[in-house]
Amino acid sequence: MSIQNQLAEHHAYLLRFARLQLRNDTWAEDAVSETFLAALAKPQSFANRSQLKTWLVGILKHKIIDLLRQRGREVPLSEDDEGGDGTVEIDTLMFRADGHFSALPADWGNPEQDLNSRQFFRVLEACTDKLPAAQGRIFLMREWLELSVEDICKELNVTSTNLYVQLHRARMRLRECLELNWFASSQRSPSGPP
Amino acid sequence: MIPLRRTCQEVAALLVAREDRALGVADRVAMRLHLLACQACPRFERQLLTMRQAMKQWRAYAGDGSPADSGDSPHL
Repeated sequence: MSIQNQLAEHHAYLLRFARLQLRNDTWAEDAVSETFLAALAKPQSFANRSQLKTWLVGILKHKIIDLLRQRGREVPLSEDDEGGDGTVEIDTLMFRADGHFSALPADWGNPEQDLNSRQFFRVLEACTDKLPAAQGRIFLMREWLELSVEDICKELNVTSTNLYVQLHRARMRLRECLELNWFASSQRSPSGPP
Repeated sequence: MIPLRRTCQEVAALLVAREDRALGVADRVAMRLHLLACQACPRFERQLLTMRQAMKQWRAYAGDGSPADSGDSPHL
């Protein structure tokens, strides 16, 4: 397969992750283009097709970190947070005034089976995408780019206190989204009723 | 005596925070005590552990031949 075709084969996949992380289509396109440029500088790497995707994703992560470093501060952290999307603070729904759970958290059962399901990861991705942009970006910097809290604070110029608040909200939202759309949903069992 | 009582809301916040930072020893003791006596919080803890496992696997998928590689995202 030609190098061009090999790149084309991975383009959509790389772009999806770049978008999810950057929340900006132009930056995402840039990150993927930069990734391809870097890859083309080492054409011999295309011989090993089984490793190509891993290698490209590794480059993409570095390019995304570079972009966040250059542009991250252009994006305000909190303005898209609890305002426009009409979301009530999750804590006030989950807990009573006395600090008890309003309802017993669901038993998610044995997750082994879920984590083997392709559909589960589509739901996880969709739930991540549904996070407010700033939260989603921070959450993926932690969980996908695997940056330390110190590094994220430095890149985005935020305090660790603020960062912990954002991560807390992101994780609570993600938990709720997974519960509603996977663990309480018929999607969970492929053989179940539609 | 260290104050050891925590509400479910406080314990849930600590369980979430644990994903991103090391907890102080007093918080850890208070959290353990609460988890031993509470029915709801251990479930919440298991949910977070499932999410931690899921993210770990997702990272691996995102780096190699991915089972989540094709098709449209579900509409939530």
